Amino acid sequence: MRAHPAEFELVAPQSLPKVLSLLAEEPGAWCPIAGGTDLMVQYSAGNLRTRKLVSIWNLPELRRMDVFEDEVRIGAGCTFTDLRNHATIGSEFKLISLAAQWTGGIANQNRGTIGGNIVNASPAADSLPALLVYEAELILISARGERRVPYSGFHVSYRKTQLAPDELILAICLKREYSGYHAHARKVGARNAQAISKVCLAALGKQRKGVVEEIRLAMGSVAPVPLRLVATEQAITGKTMNEGLMQVARRMAAAEVQPIDDIRSTARYRAAVAGNLVVEFLEQLSASEPSS
Amino acid sequence: MSRNSEESTKCRVSFVVNESPITVRVHPMERLLDVLRHELGLTGSKEGCGEGECGSCSVLMDGQLVNSCLVPVLQAEGSAIITIEGLAVDGRLCALQKAFLECGGAQCGICTPGMLLAAQHLLSKKPHPSLDEIRGGLSGNLCRCTGYMQIFDAVAQAASGEFPT
Repeated sequence: MRAHPAEFELVAPQSLPKVLSLLAEEPGAWCPIAGGTDLMVQYSAGNLRTRKLVSIWNLPELRRMDVFEDEVRIGAGCTFTDLRNHATIGSEFKLISLAAQWTGGIANQNRGTIGGNIVNASPAADSLPALLVYEAELILISARGERRVPYSGFHVSYRKTQLAPDELILAICLKREYSGYHAHARKVGARNAQAISKVCLAALGKQRKGVVEEIRLAMGSVAPVPLRLVATEQAITGKTMNEGLMQVARRMAAAEVQPIDDIRSTARYRAAVAGNLVVEFLEQLSASEPSS
Repeated sequence: MSRNSEESTKCRVSFVVNESPITVRVHPMERLLDVLRHELGLTGSKEGCGEGECGSCSVLMDGQLVNSCLVPVLQAEGSAIITIEGLAVDGRLCALQKAFLECGGAQCGICTPGMLLAAQHLLSKKPHPSLDEIRGGLSGNLCRCTGYMQIFDAVAQAASGEFPT
């Protein structure tokens, strides 16, 4: 049943300190809303639990990009369009750029924010595997101060995160050290725009003299949280790239994911595709090294 | 909820719609789409899915394409909104509208206002889009009638200057 607007409160203090003090006064009572691309869907369907919302849309402190010598800081309020249009993201963090193009259609990219995507914590979100392989860090802020945490541990279980009730994500930090890696992303879904993935992959790798020097693999829609395939990575790091290694990687990846049957796909299909996507990446990685 | 307490939770929101400044007294979580249709009588913006999947309710907010079904009206405060009613200039159809008519880009008409605003948004960023860019620019707008080809043609022809206003 549709929600009745009169039952909801929404305030827009227009400054980060004011939002943080509101969150501090009644921790857990206020739900921050940025572009509304997830929360408004829940609201319209009558599924939004909270009755008090505070707008963080367009807060200047959150909607900024800072490029430092060694890292890029993406404000949590940056939209997917902001990410698509940013030169450094496009040249150094291609996986984020691609995921931003695949998230919703243009209208949702104009409103959906990277911070909202992280906090919404859908295991199917296209941008989150990219943040895992770039080993992003998050700056969390509250009236109590700031803390910096690795993104890898942020999702503790299905839709549960480390964010305290009085905290917001301020920024996502990416080290600028990925120019030498082969980067690859792939979304498998009914269509790229406006369709939630059945499986998506973000991958980075380095191969030298036929040996896999380093590899990072992360997937969406295959587990209760966005998943880094640590065991598969370990099994192939330092090994000589050949057909046998690819088949090991395929089996490991298919076993490492923990997919479910749902309206979009089946667990069996997802596990098989997970293996295929890893092999596709390894084939590309192998071809990316100039033959000597 | 009594009528009085309902009134007390309303607030004033001011923004510009199709170049006219307006102020409405509304609940802050009302959807921009509902305010446009019910408070302002601008029924050109349609509700399709109501969850940001179909693009029928697309409007421009400060020049950016948005799904008005996903915008709480308080977030429109101070912004400039363009709806389908604002595309024609002095009662004359704009180039895109003419192109949609000529190319058969509209059939039942439910998606058309959103398609036109998405196309307008695309041409404002990329005046001469490739077919791929047209497909990408309209990928958030679903049409169940035309099969899309006439719509893509219409956008390409409008971009080529075929239909001067």
